[in-house]
Amino acid sequence: MTDTFQLDGVAVPFEPGQTVMQAALAADHYIPHLCYHPEFKPHGSCKLCTVKVNGRTMASCTMPAEAGLEVESEIEELNALRRTLVQMLFAEGNHFCPSCEKSGNCMLQALGYDLEVHAAGFRHQYPDRPLDASHPDILLDFNRCILCELCVRASSEVDGKNVFALAGRGNNKHLIVNAESGQLKDTDIALSDKAMQVCPVGVILPKRVGFSQPIGERRYDASPISAQALEDAPRPPSGVEHD
Amino acid sequence: MLPDANPIYGESPRCDLHADLHEIVARHCGEKTNLLQLLIEVQACAGYIPDDAASYIAAMLAIPRSRIESVASFYSFLHLKPAGEYRVLFSDNITDRMLGNQDLMEQMCRQLWVQPGKVSEDGLLSINTTSCTGMCDQGPAMLVNGHAITRLGSQRIQEIGQLIRNRTPVAEWPADYFKVENNIRRGGLILDNKLAYGQVLQATRAVAPATIIDTIKGSNLRGRGGAGFPTGMKWEACRNAEGEARYVVCNADEGEPGTFKDRVLLTTQADLVFEGMTLCARAVGAKKGFLYLRGEYRYLLGHLHAVLQRRRDSELLGESILGEQGFDFDIEIHLGAGAYICGEESALIESLEGKRGVPRNRPPFPVTHGYLQQPTAVDNVETFCQAVLALHMGAAAYRAIGTEKSSGSKLISVSGDCASPGIYEYPFGVSVRQILSDCGAVNTRAVQISGPSGICIGEHEFERKLGFEDLPTAGAFMVFDDSRDMFEVARNFVHFFAHESCGFCTPCRVGTSMLKQTMDKVAAGHGTQHDLTEIENLDHVLQTTSHCGLGRTACNPVLHTLKHFRPAYETRLKSLDFEPAFDLDGALARARQMTGRDDAGAHLKENE
Repeated sequence: MTDTFQLDGVAVPFEPGQTVMQAALAADHYIPHLCYHPEFKPHGSCKLCTVKVNGRTMASCTMPAEAGLEVESEIEELNALRRTLVQMLFAEGNHFCPSCEKSGNCMLQALGYDLEVHAAGFRHQYPDRPLDASHPDILLDFNRCILCELCVRASSEVDGKNVFALAGRGNNKHLIVNAESGQLKDTDIALSDKAMQVCPVGVILPKRVGFSQPIGERRYDASPISAQALEDAPRPPSGVEHD
Repeated sequence: MLPDANPIYGESPRCDLHADLHEIVARHCGEKTNLLQLLIEVQACAGYIPDDAASYIAAMLAIPRSRIESVASFYSFLHLKPAGEYRVLFSDNITDRMLGNQDLMEQMCRQLWVQPGKVSEDGLLSINTTSCTGMCDQGPAMLVNGHAITRLGSQRIQEIGQLIRNRTPVAEWPADYFKVENNIRRGGLILDNKLAYGQVLQATRAVAPATIIDTIKGSNLRGRGGAGFPTGMKWEACRNAEGEARYVVCNADEGEPGTFKDRVLLTTQADLVFEGMTLCARAVGAKKGFLYLRGEYRYLLGHLHAVLQRRRDSELLGESILGEQGFDFDIEIHLGAGAYICGEESALIESLEGKRGVPRNRPPFPVTHGYLQQPTAVDNVETFCQAVLALHMGAAAYRAIGTEKSSGSKLISVSGDCASPGIYEYPFGVSVRQILSDCGAVNTRAVQISGPSGICIGEHEFERKLGFEDLPTAGAFMVFDDSRDMFEVARNFVHFFAHESCGFCTPCRVGTSMLKQTMDKVAAGHGTQHDLTEIENLDHVLQTTSHCGLGRTACNPVLHTLKHFRPAYETRLKSLDFEPAFDLDGALARARQMTGRDDAGAHLKENE
């Protein structure tokens, strides 16, 4: 018999070792998230998946599932927090959706629509983040980076390369590449790397294929991210070891 | 371990990094966990971490080069670009400001023709600010190439400017500059103890580890670093956790602005600290301990290494302590490098492992998965001292001191507007008013208890008592009299949190920076009621979604001062509902600078 916890009043079964997020997705319940990816160890930095567990707010992607937990997620109080977090991420970088190659395929944009973020909310910071176009096949546009570390994790855990890393602290935290020159062309990145596929926004882009898929026919044009995330959820649900 | 006689104080012309680098790496045995220590030495030797040195270290340690950059850029005292032969950092706690550090910094910048935060064109120096350096009772203070200098004044700044201009090595500067006073104003259980070193260790030789833990539990000793977790329970959990090895860690990363009691304990009671760590090691079964010393206190290294060596020579550390077979324990000192967040225990452990000091996800907690994922007991400097006294006196006698839920004494670091700033030791339960009277504070408007992350109380609350029942504290006690502007106090603290946020989670990384901008907007006279609402909104997001305590408490200074001193904010507000943050005239500043103009025609008209 599997144990269960309550998510918004519904019983959710879980396997030992699963987090609240992993169990919820496996059981067809969506909790908004950005830095969580079913194939990687959760680390809980974006905080969009914040839920209330027995009255306390926690990141559901790192919170171990336990029998009898009372978890609330789909409530206005939490969605209001999530909207603010999305606004913060937009304000922190330089996101110009109308001209972005990732528009329609971007998780941040999709979350903005799904959570009904209608206003900027904060003064935008307009950071100075130069592009790295040094690599013949790959472009890095740091303006859009939301510091989720998925490329860092993919390059290190799957590709075994450590092409990406995070440097700096606080508001000055930023993505760097593994080269003395600081340029992507001097790394061992390849188009076939997992790190090429995981960016939820538009930082890591293959060159010469921009806009090949028309806007309007893209991933989140078809259905909202809350539906897509469930379709993508791994089954069986042991997310960490997922092949 | 860093040796005592390290040639680290040489300024760059004297240091041949290429000759020394090999030796520095070799001394750290190519251990990845020593990466931070290694980088600190390279920084001290060369004044920064050159590109080729970073590549060399990466190759020698078999780690990606990006990891060097990633770690080095996390810590304020490490530089990946040349930062001047002389790196001057003014301590910028509110107490330094109250003593006039801003004028002094401006004077020095003018004297040496440099802009704050920039390296002089000849590469000679840079001048910047840093978070509180723990010299609040003898400020304003600064660090020059890591050396603490206290009691700054206009004259001293003038002299320092001359020494820098003449390229006099810091080691040859007048010794008086570097004098750090203990300023012990009131002793007690800890500060007046008459224990000989090794006495309690000797006395507990025949006592079983479980009994040691029972005594600590029975004494009701709670952690003195702020959180107040019961020490006996922590030691017991560490002892009972499964693991291949156990570790004892002393948290001497005293970064909370306004706190300096650990500095005084390490200066005057180092034996007591190490004795407490050794007793803890015996109780939990640890063979290795670390003292994590904040970089600002590196001047204490020589003294601490000497005490450790004396204890080794006296069989109080090392193998078979006091002749007891199997009781092996030794202590290594690791330095921090300017990161407040490393005072958080899981971030401290990450830093000990040579990584960025980012707090871990918890659970699991350090008592089960700490250093190298092994059971680890992390306690504050003062907690280890208190533990020795509790074991010496016995649980009942110790518990009789203080109050019911807060047993024993507490060291208070008093600074700000008072006649006698310094260290005061009291049994728990002392009232704020009593401390104010003892330190000679008059016309007091407010007291900031336990630093920026603590609470700010006003006059009507001065009867409140220090202790876990009422006002828990890590020891900071900053006094503000009625001449002080509490808005500026809060703004200083908000800048501190934004500077020290590790940047891991969205709410703290972005939120502390937004909060800083909002406070600056209000300070500049552009604030509105809308901004106060935004502050309250930010506070809610930070408190509910932040990864660790830093983000959750970052709004406290604003909330507490808004509650008690709202007029300090409201007199600054424009009577509008909305005022854009964008300052049209301010945006022309760069154009004015480039054209060398500052006449009326180069300004937009005030639309008052």
